[in-house]
Amino acid sequence: MVAKFRNPGLYRAGLYTVYAVALAYAIIWVFRTWYSLDPVFKGEAVLELALFLSPLGFLIGLGSFSYWFRWATGKPTIPEDHSGHGAHSWRDYFKVNTDHKVIGIQYVVTSFVFFFIGGLFAMLMRAELAQPGRQFVDSSTFNGLFSVHASLLIFLFIIPVFAGLANYVLPLMIGAPDMAFPRLNALSFWMLPLGGIMMLLSFLAPGGSFASGWTAYAPLAVTAPEGQVFFTIGVQFAGASSIATALNFLVTIITMRAPGMSFFRMPLLVWANFSTSLLVVIATPFIAVSQFMVFFDRALGFNFFEPAGGGDVLMYQHIFWFYSHPAVYIMMLPGFGIVSEILAVKSRKPIFGYRMMAFSLLAIVVLGFTVWAHHMFVSGMQDWIRVPMMVTTAIIAVPTGIKIFSWLATLWRGVLHLDTPMLFALGFLTMFTLGGISGVMLAIIPVTIHVSDTYFIVAHIHYVLFGGSLFTIFAGVYYWFPKMTGRMYDERLGKIHFWSTFVFFNLTFAPMHVIGIQGMPRRVADYAEQWATWNLMITIASFFLGLSALVFAYNMVASWRGGPKAESNPWRALTLEWQVTSPPPIFNFDAIPTVVGGPYEYGVPGAVHGVLKDAEVPTPVGAAAHGESAGTTATKDEEH
Amino acid sequence: MSEETRRLERTPILPLVVIGVLASAIGIAIGLVIDWFPTDASIQAKPIDNLYDLMIILSVPVFVVVTIIVLFSAWKFRMRPGEEQLDGPPIHGNTKLEVVWTAIPALVLVVLCSYTYVVLTDIEEAQANEMRINVTGQQFAWSYEYPQAGGKPVRSTTLYLPKDRPVRFYVKALDVLHDFWVPAFRMKVDAVPGITTRYRVTPTRLGTYPVVCAELCGLGHAVMRSTAKVVTPADFDSWLAEQQAPAGGADTGAGASDGDKGTKAPEIDAKTIFAEGNGTSIACGACHTLADAGTSSQTGPELDKVLKGKDADFIKTSITDPEAEIAEGFQGGIMPKNYADTLSPEELDALVKYLGEVAAK
Repeated sequence: MVAKFRNPGLYRAGLYTVYAVALAYAIIWVFRTWYSLDPVFKGEAVLELALFLSPLGFLIGLGSFSYWFRWATGKPTIPEDHSGHGAHSWRDYFKVNTDHKVIGIQYVVTSFVFFFIGGLFAMLMRAELAQPGRQFVDSSTFNGLFSVHASLLIFLFIIPVFAGLANYVLPLMIGAPDMAFPRLNALSFWMLPLGGIMMLLSFLAPGGSFASGWTAYAPLAVTAPEGQVFFTIGVQFAGASSIATALNFLVTIITMRAPGMSFFRMPLLVWANFSTSLLVVIATPFIAVSQFMVFFDRALGFNFFEPAGGGDVLMYQHIFWFYSHPAVYIMMLPGFGIVSEILAVKSRKPIFGYRMMAFSLLAIVVLGFTVWAHHMFVSGMQDWIRVPMMVTTAIIAVPTGIKIFSWLATLWRGVLHLDTPMLFALGFLTMFTLGGISGVMLAIIPVTIHVSDTYFIVAHIHYVLFGGSLFTIFAGVYYWFPKMTGRMYDERLGKIHFWSTFVFFNLTFAPMHVIGIQGMPRRVADYAEQWATWNLMITIASFFLGLSALVFAYNMVASWRGGPKAESNPWRALTLEWQVTSPPPIFNFDAIPTVVGGPYEYGVPGAVHGVLKDAEVPTPVGAAAHGESAGTTATKDEEH
Repeated sequence: MSEETRRLERTPILPLVVIGVLASAIGIAIGLVIDWFPTDASIQAKPIDNLYDLMIILSVPVFVVVTIIVLFSAWKFRMRPGEEQLDGPPIHGNTKLEVVWTAIPALVLVVLCSYTYVVLTDIEEAQANEMRINVTGQQFAWSYEYPQAGGKPVRSTTLYLPKDRPVRFYVKALDVLHDFWVPAFRMKVDAVPGITTRYRVTPTRLGTYPVVCAELCGLGHAVMRSTAKVVTPADFDSWLAEQQAPAGGADTGAGASDGDKGTKAPEIDAKTIFAEGNGTSIACGACHTLADAGTSSQTGPELDKVLKGKDADFIKTSITDPEAEIAEGFQGGIMPKNYADTLSPEELDALVKYLGEVAAK
C-alpha cells in the first residue's frame, strides 16, 4: 500500500495534491504574516494559490515530470523502454503513457466525457427556457450553466477532441512511429482534465460557479464571486495543454515525415493540423495573458481593467478576441481536414484542387489574425476599426468558399459510399454553409449592430460549432473508429444517429435566428411572452437532440466492447494509417514506409501513396526497445 | 443501360440549373415575406432592414447551390450494388473553375461591403438640431438625463423621445459593461465603464418600445429593462416642462401643480428620489412600479402590492437590506445593497415616510 503512494500513479497524485494545498496554506501564512495582514488565512488567497499549485502537485505525483526532474537534478534518467506502450486494460488509460495512440484515445474519451456534461448543462438551460419566467434555476445558476456549458465545450471538447484524433492518426499518416516529444504529449493530455474538473468544481465555490460567460468580460469577471477564478485558472491549464500539443504537432510534421512524404504529398488532415497548430502557438498565449490580467486584478488589485485606477475596459476584449477569433479556426480547420479525408475516400475520387485546399488553409491562418474586432462592433471601440475589420472578415469568406466548392467538385461523378462518416461529412457541408452565410451577415456592420448579443449569435455559433465542428468530429470518430479500436461500429445505429442529429439540430437552432432578429437577447434566464412558443419548440427539439447523442454513446460503447473485428483497411483508403493493422502495431510501422505519390489518387490505375517495405530498414526505436527491455527493467527497480 | 455506360454518360447540367433557379426564387420569396424584424421606429431601421433583405437575396442562392449539388450527387452518384470496387474518374482539379469560384464570391463581397459602407455612413450621419440624452447603465437599471441649457438636467427612468427629432445618446456605465439597445430603433452600443459611447437615432413612430440591456452584466441582466416612449413633440415639451417644474418633481400624472406637494418637507422630495434618484442612488422607480410616482417597471416587485399593510420598519429594512426578505416570485442579489450609503439618513426617512403613505395603505 505504501508503495502505491510512493510510485508514480493516481494514488501519489492524490497525495501530492494534498501536499500542494498544504503548501498553498504555508505560502499564504508566510506572506500574510510578513505583511501583517489580517486574517492570516484569507480563504480567497489560499484558494487561488491552491488552484495553481494543486494541479501541479497532481501532475508531479502522477509522474508527468519524473524524467525531467531526474535530468535536471543530475540523476541518471530512465531511458524509455516502451514497456508502457499500448493499453492492455482500461487501467492503462489512467497512467502517464507516452504512446501517441494511447494518448489519442485518452484525449478523445476525456473530451467526450466533457461533451456529455456540457450537453447536459444545455438541457438544463433549455428546461429553464421552456417557459418565460423562472422555473428550475435562479439566475445565478443559469448564468453559471451557460458559462460552464460554453467553456467546457470549447476548451475541453472541440479543441482537445481534434487534438486527440490527430494525436492518434497524424503520426500514422505521415509514417512516423510516434509524436516528436512523447513525454510532452503525455503532459499535455494530463493538464486537460485538470482544467475541466476545475471548471466543474466552480459550482461548489461560495457564490456559485463562474457566471460571466465563456468570454469572461472584465470588469464583470473581476468583481464576480470566487467561482470566477476556477475559470481564470482552469483556462491556463487547458491553454497550456493546447500550446504544448501544437508545438508537438508542428515539430512532428516538420521533422518526422516518412521518406518521400513531401509537404504536397501530405494528406489534408496533416495540412489542417499544421495550420491549426500555427494558430494555437501564436494565439493561445493571448487568452492566457487576458486571464492572468483578470487574475492579477482580482487577487492583487492591479487595475488593468479598472477605469478608476487608470485601467482600460476595452483592452480586455481586444486581447481576448485576438485569441478567440483565431480560436474559431482552431475549432474548425481540423474539421476541414477530417472532411477532406472522408470525402475523397468515400467518393472514390482525388480531392479536387489539392494545392488550393492547402493554400486556403494557410490563407485562413493569416487572415484569421486580422478580423478579431468584428466581435466588437458595438463595444464602443474606435469607430474607424470597424470597416477594415468588415473587409477582412469578408475576404476570409473567399478561401472558405474555395474549400466548400472544391469539396462539392470532389463529390461530382464520384462513387459515393453513403455510410455514417460520409453522411456526417455531407451534413457538415450544408450546415457549415449556413453557419458561414450567417457569419458573412455578421461581418456587415449595420446588421451586426442590431443582432449582436442576441439569439442570432447563438444560432450562428451553433451552426458553425455544432453543424460545422461537431459534425466533422462525429464523421472523424466513425471514420477512424475501426482503426482506433480494431472493431466496426454499428452502421444502422450510426445512420439513426446522423438523421436524428441532423433533424433536431436544425429544429433546435434554426428558430434562434428568428427570435434573435426579433430582439431576444442571449444569456437571459427570462424573456418576453412573445417568444414563448418559439422557445418551447426549441426546448422540445433540443431534448430530442440530447437523446440522439445517447444513440451515439451506446453505439460507441457497445461496438468497442463487442463489434465485429475490423480489417486493416475497411474503406479501401490510400493514406498510410490504413496500410497497417487495426489497431496498428505498437510502433505503427514494422518498416519505415516510403511515400511515392499523392494521398488521394483514387481512380488512377495502380496508384499507391506509400510503400511498406519489409524490414529493409528496421525501425531503430522499436528494435532498441525489444532488445533492451530486460536491462531497463532493472533500472526501473532502482528507482523504487 | 449497363452500369458502366451510366457512369460514363455526361451529367446533364441544365435541369440542375433550372431547379436551382426555381429553388432560389422560392427561397428568396420566403425570406423576403417573413417578417423578421420588430417594429421599425427610427430612420435607422429601414436601411438596416433593407440591407438584411439584400443579404437574404445573396445568401439563398449560395445555400441552394451547395444543397442541390450535395443532394444531386448523393442521388445520382451513390454507389449501386456491384460498384463496391469501382472508383470515380481521377479528376484533380480545373483551374478555370477554381478561378471562377474564387472571383465571383470576391466580387459579390466587394459589392456588399461597398453598399454596407454607404448604409453605415447613412445611419450614423450627424443630424441638424440633435438633442443630447445621457444614458447611464448600472446593475440593473437604466436612467436617462436630459441636459437643459442653463438649468438642472431633467432625470427620468423612462426614456421619453419626441417623434422625428434626431437624438444622440451619450452612454455611460457605472459598474460593469451593459449594452443600451432599443430593438425597434435597431441601434445599440455597449455602456463601458470609463468611457462615453454614443449613437444617433431619429424616432419615427409613436409608441412604447422595450429598452434592453444586451451585454451580460450579472445576476439581474435578464431583468435590466426599461421603456422608451416616442411621443409627439408637443407631448414631449409638456412632459419636459412638468419635470422642470419646481417641487412637482417626477409627477408624470396630470397637472404639475399638485396641491399636497407643498405640505411635505420641501427640502427633500421623496417622490423625486423615488422616480429619479438623488444623483447618486439608483432611482427606485427604475425597477419598481408605484402608481403614485408614475413608474411602471416590472424588474422588481410592484410596491403598490407588496408594501400593502407593511410598517415603516419593514420598508426601511427592505431598502437598506434587500436580502432580508425576498418577495415571492423574485430572487435575491439583484437590488443594490448600498442605499444606506447613497441616501442620506434624512432622505431615507423621507422615502420610508412617503412609501408608507402611498403604498402601504
